[in-house]
Amino acid sequence: MRGDNPPRFVLASSESEFYWRSGADGRLRIQRCGECSRWVHPPGPACPFCHSRRVGPEPVAGTGTVATYTINRKEWIPGFTPPYVFAFVELDEDPTVRIGTNIVDCEIDKVEIGMRVEVLFEESGEWHVPLFRPAGTETS
Amino acid sequence: MSERMERRAVISGAAQSEVGRRLYRTGIDLTVEAALRAVEDAGLTTADIDGVSTYPGFGGSFGGAMGAELHEALRLSLNWRSAGVETAGPLGAVHNAILGVATGLARHVLVFRTVVEGSGGPLRPGSGGGGGGGMAGSAGPFQFMIPYGAASAACWVACYARRHMHDYGTTRTQLGAIAVNGRANAVANPKAIYTDPMTIDDYLAVRMVSDPLCLYDCDVPCDGSTAVVVSHRDYAPDAPAGAVGVNAMGTAIRGRPSWDQFDDLTSMMMRHTAASMWERTELTVDDVDTAQLYDGFSWLTLAWIEAMGFCGKGESGAFVEGGVNIGPDGSVPLNTSGGQLSAGRLHGFGHLHEAVMQLRGAANIQVPGCEVVAVGAGGGPETGCLLLTKGPS
Repeated sequence: MRGDNPPRFVLASSESEFYWRSGADGRLRIQRCGECSRWVHPPGPACPFCHSRRVGPEPVAGTGTVATYTINRKEWIPGFTPPYVFAFVELDEDPTVRIGTNIVDCEIDKVEIGMRVEVLFEESGEWHVPLFRPAGTETS
Repeated sequence: MSERMERRAVISGAAQSEVGRRLYRTGIDLTVEAALRAVEDAGLTTADIDGVSTYPGFGGSFGGAMGAELHEALRLSLNWRSAGVETAGPLGAVHNAILGVATGLARHVLVFRTVVEGSGGPLRPGSGGGGGGGMAGSAGPFQFMIPYGAASAACWVACYARRHMHDYGTTRTQLGAIAVNGRANAVANPKAIYTDPMTIDDYLAVRMVSDPLCLYDCDVPCDGSTAVVVSHRDYAPDAPAGAVGVNAMGTAIRGRPSWDQFDDLTSMMMRHTAASMWERTELTVDDVDTAQLYDGFSWLTLAWIEAMGFCGKGESGAFVEGGVNIGPDGSVPLNTSGGQLSAGRLHGFGHLHEAVMQLRGAANIQVPGCEVVAVGAGGGPETGCLLLTKGPS
């Protein structure tokens, strides 16, 4: 799918804007509570656990595990040329932080549950869309 | 057990409009047809109707008609009207009608769900079929899936189905039993969309949509309206077709209200919704004579079967395999009018209508001596259910 430049229909809110811009410096960021240190995703206006409003983006390693996935064989959105993999990735910092994403740089029939993956970013207009690829993929 | 408020309500009438793949009729046209039939079926006139309840109502991008449209079209005089999408799934409209009757706000509530998804055109880009996503983008929770081409509930449900297969060994042959069972039952339903015979081999050979979901795992968009009348139980003796009792309703949303962040990727909100229904009744799963369980996608039915407790967690694949348990002569005859996979995506109200017919002894494939029916509708975070009985509970 990489190279296709599929239409990334990002419509960020004021709370989520950082998520879609974070990759500009190559780092993935997730919202974290400044009081109780819990990770919060999707981001919101306050910590859902301790209700502190001292929440903000914090860099994460960008590594995680494929929790599950689907291989799309239908062109749900024009420009997203099938087949492509949509997956939920659970981050190492907190597996309850589950991120919807595409798995790229990998043959689609090699994707599996439990697979270790790492983040990369695809520029799309003003956004840096987080994608994942197999951990340890050589960058060309 | 102390009296449950939902037992003050009965379903006194039920009817459907014409149902078809593409009828090119307006939503309100279909709604009026179903509504007038349901009112007549209940032995009432429109002058008796003092409440209207529907899903999703105004602002619901996948609704066929608003409550106010029916109100106006029939010049109803209402004490109470309710419509909304933030309910326990589509059956939330029935829950609300029950609440309206039980609290005395209304005596006869006309409830409807209308779909015009057949002639409404193909799924629009990013329209988030079944889940209420936005168009070209969505600032809500779907913003984290639409940019990845996961624009349909098919993609999200497929992720759960995959994990269920991974964790419990569920197979595509087992999943296919839901579709094959539905098709076999649809043959007897004159309003069903697809009635050509289907074998498990046909199922396994059809094209994939969102792997592991194939075409036959996805329901068929259609046009049609279903209406029921929810009345006070005092009216039950006067209901000419026989009143169906509401024994318990399930509404709980105890986990995260999310398609992607729910804690368990092998179950969905119906796990809590069904549990809350069983908490409200002395009946048990063993009392259920037939189950009408949502099959917007076949895997959702497996999730409902486990949530209701017809088998243990993770055991639904083995339970449905080969179709014996869920067939008309099985321990839990399932989706006896064909479900949505074959009879059309009436969004849970086809299941509700069939439950009423079963309890009246008027179903096309009748379960003998049917006295208790479990109805569950919806998927993801939007699920609701009902336990219905022959006569008032």
